Amino acid sequence: MIDWLQHAPIYPIAVPLIAGAAMLLLADKRRRLRAGIGLLASLAQLAAAVTLLALAAGAGGVWPSGVGVYLPGDWPAPFGIVLVVDRLSAVMLTLTAVLGLASLIYSLARWDRLGVHFHSLFQFLLMGLNGAFLTGDLFNLFVFFEVLLAASYGLILHGSGEARVSAGLQYIAVNLVASFLLLISIALIYGVTGTLNLADLALRAGALGGSDRLLFEAGAAVLGLAFLVKAGAWPLNFWLVRGYSSASAPVGAVFSIMTKVGIYALLRIGSLLLPTGAPAAFSLDWMFAAGLATLIFGAIGLLATQRLEKQVSYCVIISAGTLLTALGMPGVRLTGPALFYLLSSVLTTGAFFMLIELIERTRTFGANVLAVTLDLFDLDDPESPNRSDDVVGVAIPAAMAFLGLAFVSCALLVTGLPPLSGFVAKFSLLSAAVAEANSSTQPADAWILVAAVLAAGLAGIVAFGRTGMRIFWGNDERTTPRLRVFEAGPVAVLILLCVALAAGAGPVSAYLDDAARSLDQPALYIDAVMSANPARSQGGH
Amino acid sequence: MELIYAIAIGVLAGSGVWLILRPRTFQVIMGLTLMSYAVNLFIFGMGRLVVGRPPVIDPSITPDPAVLADPLPQALVLTAIVIGFATTALFLVVLLASRGLTGTDHVDGRESES
Repeated sequence: MIDWLQHAPIYPIAVPLIAGAAMLLLADKRRRLRAGIGLLASLAQLAAAVTLLALAAGAGGVWPSGVGVYLPGDWPAPFGIVLVVDRLSAVMLTLTAVLGLASLIYSLARWDRLGVHFHSLFQFLLMGLNGAFLTGDLFNLFVFFEVLLAASYGLILHGSGEARVSAGLQYIAVNLVASFLLLISIALIYGVTGTLNLADLALRAGALGGSDRLLFEAGAAVLGLAFLVKAGAWPLNFWLVRGYSSASAPVGAVFSIMTKVGIYALLRIGSLLLPTGAPAAFSLDWMFAAGLATLIFGAIGLLATQRLEKQVSYCVIISAGTLLTALGMPGVRLTGPALFYLLSSVLTTGAFFMLIELIERTRTFGANVLAVTLDLFDLDDPESPNRSDDVVGVAIPAAMAFLGLAFVSCALLVTGLPPLSGFVAKFSLLSAAVAEANSSTQPADAWILVAAVLAAGLAGIVAFGRTGMRIFWGNDERTTPRLRVFEAGPVAVLILLCVALAAGAGPVSAYLDDAARSLDQPALYIDAVMSANPARSQGGH
Repeated sequence: MELIYAIAIGVLAGSGVWLILRPRTFQVIMGLTLMSYAVNLFIFGMGRLVVGRPPVIDPSITPDPAVLADPLPQALVLTAIVIGFATTALFLVVLLASRGLTGTDHVDGRESES
């Protein structure tokens, strides 16, 4: 049993890799078998992630310091590859597994039949996400980024159609350029420090001087820039709205965690480099400014747009902006609440992306755009015929009531109104910011944060109030949609998870505060990685 | 040697950036390819430019770092080439699909007004 637990950190990477590869070998007709493998793999990832969550909290005494190190090649750090699990990565892994499972179940209703290799690509995307959260090595971070991006290129095109292909083209071009930036920065950092291991890097970066220091800072700045592109920070996020809003519903849902990978990487590397005098993009002022601009851009975009799927994409931007702004504040007081906000906002936008598609079925094209705009821009129906109408399924009674209730819940969650977890998240974020303002000598930043978050919330209320009234109270022609349990279920489960998050806010925030505190003590992480012994030397050769 | 190497990277990267900013998809993919060449050369250069030193340790002689080249950037560059190659191929497919669906090779999927 102990053996199985020791190898736990590799499961979130190995399981989707094996499942995805196995599904490639199956003929396209064996849909049920593929769906079964996909579901099984996602369930296994969830189980592994929850196990890691418990282990990182110190359960069983496997990792007393809360940091677990796994050496896949059995070479000691910094020479071999390391996977590192701490509370933050375990939380992100669990979030990925939950969202992945929900999106996968939703896709079984019909999306997985609209293109080839959906299930394999989906598993590879999860593998890339899990790997990026686990790796303790800069180059492997790049490799896992590429794995998840390559899978996302396939998924964003899933279902095909003109809108998806031309949005996908831009998405791919931007992300390829960002990957080049990442490579340049990795090469620069390696050239100066001679290491790619994050823990070793944190040790060596502090000892650099003179021109080496300058080169290192240049490398770190480019690195930060690459992560900001992935995180969707303004002005590097113009690809996001078009790409996300044209992706198919389950893909959009699972994409809502992809921008968080950039934020995770900024947080992780920022925390390790902070004691060495974090360079440029990782320094807090920059993150704060970028976050604030992103937040404002998202709020304005939310008010300006009228299509629901674009509104949700702007919500993803607002969420990224709020997180960057909060993480850009000095100290760790805001980090715990920010992580809680991350959990809540990812679950919400995931549910929202799936809900949109169900809502779209109730309406004929154009009902979601103000009549004036329709005339002004002379719009045609851009949707491919695979979009709605031809769905057959068991009609759930009171489908409209479910849609309305789900929409209201999502809107409440996004804007941060009580009683759901969105409110708890924003309240704890704001109260931490106010406490920060009262105790700090320069309270201006904290007050700006409070004002911006509240203003973005107000923009959300206005935008979704307007959209909701048009959808549910308008006089347009409307058909009562047929919903399947497969489709309504995941949306309901994600929203119920947010309810559970609100109910269990105490223990969850305690865990996240612990995660934030351990980020403030990078020495724990560094010691754990550098002192990890290969298994064969433990056996005494 | 360093100067020529640096100029080569600069020219490749500069041409790549210029091409990426062009409105035709074919120009964009050529730009991405040139940029990936520049980046790969850059990674290689970060392992220091030396001539006549093997990157692989010969077990029969005592290893001395002074006579060996750093093998890691060479390994990194191989990985980067493979990944870059695959993503470029994928981009090419999307480019063709976009051309077929929209009937134009403009990056926006439609010709600009002017």
